[in-house]
Amino acid sequence: MSVLVNKDSKVIVQGFTGSEGTFHAGQMIEYGTNVVGGVTPGKGGQTHLDKPVFNTVAAAVEETGADVSIIFVPPAFAADAIMEAANAGIKVIVCITEGIPVKDMIYVQEYLNGMDCTLIGPNCPGVITAGEAKVGIMPGFVFKTGKVGIVSKSGTLTYEAADQVAKAGLGITTAIGIGGDPIIGTTTKEAVELLMNDPETEGIVMIGEIGGNLEANAAKWIKENGTKPVVGFIAGETAPKGRTMGHAGAIVGGADDTAEAKKRIMRECGIHVVDSPAHIGQKMAEVLGVTA
Amino acid sequence: MNLHEYQGKSILKSFGVAIQEGVVVDKVEDAVAKAKELTASTGTEWYVVKAQIHAGGRGKGTVEETGSRGVVLAKGIDKVEETVKGILGGHLTTLQTNGVGKRVNKVLIAEDVYYPGESEPSEFYMSVLMDRDKGRNIIMYSTEGGMDIETVAEETPHLIFKEEVDPRVGLQGFQARKIAFNLGLSGKAFKEMTKFVAALYAAYEGCDASMFEINPVLKTSDDKIIAVDSKVTLDDNALFRHKDYAEMRDKTEEDPTEVEAGEAGLNFVKLDGNVGCMVNGAGLAMATMDIIKMSGGNPANFLDVGGTADAERVEKAFQIILKDENVKAILINIFGGIVRCDRVAQGVVDAYKNMGNIPVPIIVRLQGTNAVEAKKLIDDSGLNVHSAVQLQEAADLVKEILA
Repeated sequence: MSVLVNKDSKVIVQGFTGSEGTFHAGQMIEYGTNVVGGVTPGKGGQTHLDKPVFNTVAAAVEETGADVSIIFVPPAFAADAIMEAANAGIKVIVCITEGIPVKDMIYVQEYLNGMDCTLIGPNCPGVITAGEAKVGIMPGFVFKTGKVGIVSKSGTLTYEAADQVAKAGLGITTAIGIGGDPIIGTTTKEAVELLMNDPETEGIVMIGEIGGNLEANAAKWIKENGTKPVVGFIAGETAPKGRTMGHAGAIVGGADDTAEAKKRIMRECGIHVVDSPAHIGQKMAEVLGVTA
Repeated sequence: MNLHEYQGKSILKSFGVAIQEGVVVDKVEDAVAKAKELTASTGTEWYVVKAQIHAGGRGKGTVEETGSRGVVLAKGIDKVEETVKGILGGHLTTLQTNGVGKRVNKVLIAEDVYYPGESEPSEFYMSVLMDRDKGRNIIMYSTEGGMDIETVAEETPHLIFKEEVDPRVGLQGFQARKIAFNLGLSGKAFKEMTKFVAALYAAYEGCDASMFEINPVLKTSDDKIIAVDSKVTLDDNALFRHKDYAEMRDKTEEDPTEVEAGEAGLNFVKLDGNVGCMVNGAGLAMATMDIIKMSGGNPANFLDVGGTADAERVEKAFQIILKDENVKAILINIFGGIVRCDRVAQGVVDAYKNMGNIPVPIIVRLQGTNAVEAKKLIDDSGLNVHSAVQLQEAADLVKEILA
């Protein structure tokens, strides 16, 4: 078991023949991901990385039965690419693209409303189910197979957490990078819920940052519905108010979206919050009663 | 991207939003002639001279050199030059300038709109922004205009109203009417307000804004509704659609080091601490700042070098961090994924050699792809660089060096 993607996922790559798409599709294939083809409008009929290229997502779905798509399309065209994937019946859409205008994402969110699909991202590292499928840009070797799920807004901080978890004698089921933009398809709460319902996942690492209230919402849900221990960290304790820290969504607006406020709420909801990002793995081992 | 008041107003006007008219001046000698031009179109000989800086609280702020306020009423054409002289070229300190005066390079000479008439003028507050919870735009408004909205939110939260816009159909007429009713308007002013709200929302969507704050929106004594001030922030990610707005960027309002870093593809935010840092990824960069604090230091910056941490970038990042004399140590924290750690390590060594002497100790923590090779490269280089593999080791090294 796993969530979102597994060895049976049939994955297509939108923006397949571009430099990003080519590089990361190659890495995904090397990891063992079942990449069945790609989409680049105007290049349909060609073969790229030994896989078929299609003009449209609809054609790719029809020919290959693809159910997962990963998007490497430039920001100006990414919203369109997400909607095309949803329209073609793709069930899990992972959008890596950084820098999509907020207005475009408001429309995307509205378009996806009520459709039977899950959007991960945008501006995210993707999703990886250890040992089965890598649908993202993360270094696969860091994600050793195991029993801990990760939900995170950040890329490299996710790799950091996965590495610590592995070194603590544990490993990963699925890691979900939800993305650092103000509007994202899957929230922290939704990603945590997926992992709570996954029988193979025994503990969850939840990594957030300043800005918005996704972590607080997830914490409240965990308090009511949680069945597994959750270790939490919020980056940006030292970030100044009113400045965007790299991620478009990482900005302290009010009193409730500081790192301190979020950590307080998470603690009140029974999450094992660490103040130091160096203690994520150790804390997870401790709450699961594992010694490295 | 933040805009000046006069730039924001020009965008609003282009979408049909009624504004307080004005002329922009960057030389004192032009002031009178420009003011006369304004009078030719508005009829009034009373003016409000407003400093154009990216900070609020200008009316209560003080110009260091002259003691003038940042917003001053000039009651007559003969007062214009003197008033402009008191503001233009000076340094304006307000509650939002963090104790440092901001140089005023331009002033807006605007028509006075608080003239007496049939009814009393009244001020409202109005902003448009995205509600992050819902992922939808809202219009937030209040009868308490002209005041700091945070104070209103604290003292009289029931006087703040919100209207959510459904993106599928946009702002509807009933919503504009509701806003005008809630603001207590009737007759001509009511109609004017519904038009104002509709135009304002169209402007927000049309220019890909991420925030509009109009404070105050004024009902004049003859029942016109106009924007007297404008605070407009545009979505940086959408500037590719608006080349004309992109050109409005005023780099003199930004930290020069941050501008330089941006041009080199580095995401940099200057802070006040004593330990510089260089990290790949925004989340890990914030986490690294936090770990500096926990180790007894204070972060001097946020710096995300991005996905390609080669020698050139590392060198540029060093140069930028070292501009800050408060920096006592630098922590480099790279989690190599696609980026190979040994390449980054070579970049550090090369940058170090190119720059001759880096006067502060450097802690390099490289983890991930080829981390072992990277550590060896650093350790064998003979440079004043401390290497670590685990994040905790790096934290301990920071503590040790600062002690």
